[in-house]
Amino acid sequence: MSKKKLMKGNEAIAEAAIRGGCRYFFGYPITPQNEIPEYMSARLPEVGGCFIQSESEVSAINMVYGAASAGARAMTSSSSPGISLKQEGISYIATAELPCVVINMVRGGPGLGTIFCAQGDYFQATKGGGHGDYHMLVYTPSTIQEAVDLVYEAFDKADQYRVITYILGDATIGQMMEPVLLPEFKDLDKLPKKEWATTGRTDTERHIVNTLEMNPDKLEGMIKHMYHTYDELKKNETRYEEYLCDDAEIILCAYGTVSRIARTAVNKLRAEGMKVGLFRPITVYPFPEEAIGKLSEHNCLKKFLVTELSEGQMIEDVKLAVNGRKPVEFFGRNGGNVMTSEDLMSVVKGEK
Amino acid sequence: MEKVVFQKSNMLTDAPLHFCPGCSHGIANRLIAECMEELNIDKKNIVGIAPVGCAVFNYNYFDVDMIEAAHGRAPAVATGLKRVLGNDKFVFVYQGDGDLASIGAAEIIHAAARCENISVVFINNGIYGMTGGQMAPTSLLGQKSTTSQKGRDIGRNGYPVKMSEMLAQLDGATYIERVSTHDAANVRKAKQAIKTAFKCQLENKGFSMIEVLSACPTNWGLTPVKAMEHIKNDVIPYYPLGVFADRRNEK
Repeated sequence: MSKKKLMKGNEAIAEAAIRGGCRYFFGYPITPQNEIPEYMSARLPEVGGCFIQSESEVSAINMVYGAASAGARAMTSSSSPGISLKQEGISYIATAELPCVVINMVRGGPGLGTIFCAQGDYFQATKGGGHGDYHMLVYTPSTIQEAVDLVYEAFDKADQYRVITYILGDATIGQMMEPVLLPEFKDLDKLPKKEWATTGRTDTERHIVNTLEMNPDKLEGMIKHMYHTYDELKKNETRYEEYLCDDAEIILCAYGTVSRIARTAVNKLRAEGMKVGLFRPITVYPFPEEAIGKLSEHNCLKKFLVTELSEGQMIEDVKLAVNGRKPVEFFGRNGGNVMTSEDLMSVVKGEK
Repeated sequence: MEKVVFQKSNMLTDAPLHFCPGCSHGIANRLIAECMEELNIDKKNIVGIAPVGCAVFNYNYFDVDMIEAAHGRAPAVATGLKRVLGNDKFVFVYQGDGDLASIGAAEIIHAAARCENISVVFINNGIYGMTGGQMAPTSLLGQKSTTSQKGRDIGRNGYPVKMSEMLAQLDGATYIERVSTHDAANVRKAKQAIKTAFKCQLENKGFSMIEVLSACPTNWGLTPVKAMEHIKNDVIPYYPLGVFADRRNEK
């Protein structure tokens, strides 16, 4: 019988990845995600996997490129400045349509920034980050259990759509401890075979993993094909949570750690008689624009309040989804500072 | 009756090579193919990695599974690949000098340090060919290029990098040899060296690299014949041929 276990976010995520089929991990130390490579280095050999501490983030993501080319379930993790270094490889992997998982335990930036909690990598995660026209499937867990569940599924989604599944976590998710229920090990023998993998040619077919295409029509076709996949993601994989939104006059929009603070604020404000709700995207690419669009048509709704640990990044997607139908306001903290539920209550009440 | 005295290796496809006349890439491709064939490596057990640069289209030429890597990253890609495939499969890496000695310096050093069981063929022609003749990390002192138009100058550009000598210092580097392609005798020696490197991997002895001194007549501004003479007279004196590391007995 499975039992809940108190685990640190980073370690729970690492274990969930292994149970979800991850057997190859390549990474480089950076705070606040170090427990992931540390855990992997000890745990992967126990399940017949392989851990390499790479010479750089650049190498780590390219090792993922090589391992994913061979059809393995491969993963890397890092935090903001390290993720910047991985962007080259992420662009190549997305274009070669290699499935893999990338985890970003976001810290404060830009530059070296700080090791504390922030959400300044939203644009990088959802709008490209690396060069060229590509996207990833981006999850934003708000609890360690949710992170475990999303990471556990991440490889299935990556394999199914041949995309990068990206976990946009944050320092708090990585460092905090919470009780979690770990899922069972996936049976890797039952996974569909990856016929395209470069594991050695067959009698009739050569496999090539490549992102170079000098014929403009062919390259355009490749990109259109990628965007067809993104349309499928939009249709099938968009996830979000609406909390007390039906009769809300004000809807807070928040993801990750901030959504928990927002939920507390909503509960306290409701207790005071105010009609406030929370909209929480779980995928930020694809962004749940339809759901927000529908909420923006509620007659009772007066405005959205987007709250982030940045100067305002997700707010752009919310505004696009609202499309001018309701005002969209913003409250953010930055630099490793985190708002309190009282801060958000004051903003909602117009005191701040 | 007519007798076949020479034919293309069955490890190569029928795709026409895009290399310039007099370029050594074609020779290197043929040698790699012949070595794999003569060592009886099953085509189904081979995966090659192409670099960025003049050899970027190599995935069209070798009749095996191929991965095209980002500039300089081929050894990291090969690492991930080989760790998954294991020693039953053969992984060769093909890189030029800008790729290996400059933008990918970290990747090659650490692949060697880890003693990854892969074989690297390193084409050193002292110039960036594909991008139009810029100075390479291996360009000779005084060598003219589009970014060293009056010749490579120590004060401005520093010294050429001797990768074989450098990598040979690493305990993880099992076999490192520098060869040349400037005449038939040396091409034959180059083939033996590549074969030794490939055997090294087949015997699970770890990392090997063969540096192949190569001609780039187009970007050197020389005829193919003069380019070969240039290797003999000017390049080899700076980049001496020979075995720089042989730790096969230690592995």
